[in-house]
Amino acid sequence: MKNLIVPASFASLEKIRDYFSRAAGEAGLDEDAVFEVQLAVDEAASNIIDHAYEGECESEIECGYELLKDGLKLNLHDHGKPFDPDVVELPDIISDPTQRKKGGLGLYFMRQMMDEVNFSFSGDGGNDLTMIKRRRL
Amino acid sequence: MEIKTTPMKRCVLVQVIGKLDSSSAPVLSEQLKKITKEGNYRIVLDMSKLEFISSAGLWVLVNTQKACKRFNRGELVFSEVPAKIYSALDLAGFIHYYKLFKTSAEAVGNF
Repeated sequence: MKNLIVPASFASLEKIRDYFSRAAGEAGLDEDAVFEVQLAVDEAASNIIDHAYEGECESEIECGYELLKDGLKLNLHDHGKPFDPDVVELPDIISDPTQRKKGGLGLYFMRQMMDEVNFSFSGDGGNDLTMIKRRRL
Repeated sequence: MEIKTTPMKRCVLVQVIGKLDSSSAPVLSEQLKKITKEGNYRIVLDMSKLEFISSAGLWVLVNTQKACKRFNRGELVFSEVPAKIYSALDLAGFIHYYKLFKTSAEAVGNF
């Protein structure tokens, strides 16, 4: 399928989820796995808008995917600020949520939902986020 | 996302229909703030028709719980939580901190 290019706005999230949801179906992932992909890409795109682009703007998020023998490899590309996942603290998931510091939950969800999550800078100066979801055996 | 609010005798029942993401979370946040500002701190959130929740949605629940529990004046509880939403709440470590009810009637009766 063609890549999906959408503006970096929260209104695009539904389109992004639907796009990858179809891709996950094409890759033969089961219903639970499709939901997990939706959550991971929603958090990924939200992080791109909030952090790489520092808020909603006219810039773009480009989505693409590749079917693997055993699942789905998906990619989100942006031209915002580079992102270093190592500086994001692990979220507190133990204490009372009302006492917690905000942040980190999105990245945590992505890593829990997907089998692989990789951030890199691409040649044209943008950021690439690649995630893999494998079919359950 | 659609929000249906029903004032009950001892609490307010709020049904969230659809998807709770970064786009709709501010809308729900405003609606819940309005409810607490009117002096209602006992809230039942009916999740039976909630199809999706992201971390942005989860933080709305946290902020509302903060407002409700302040001065021990009330609490935000959940009812009819679908399995997928339950998984997200569980993964975030929320399950032990919120009362969950099988039905909205039970949740309303709890107050």
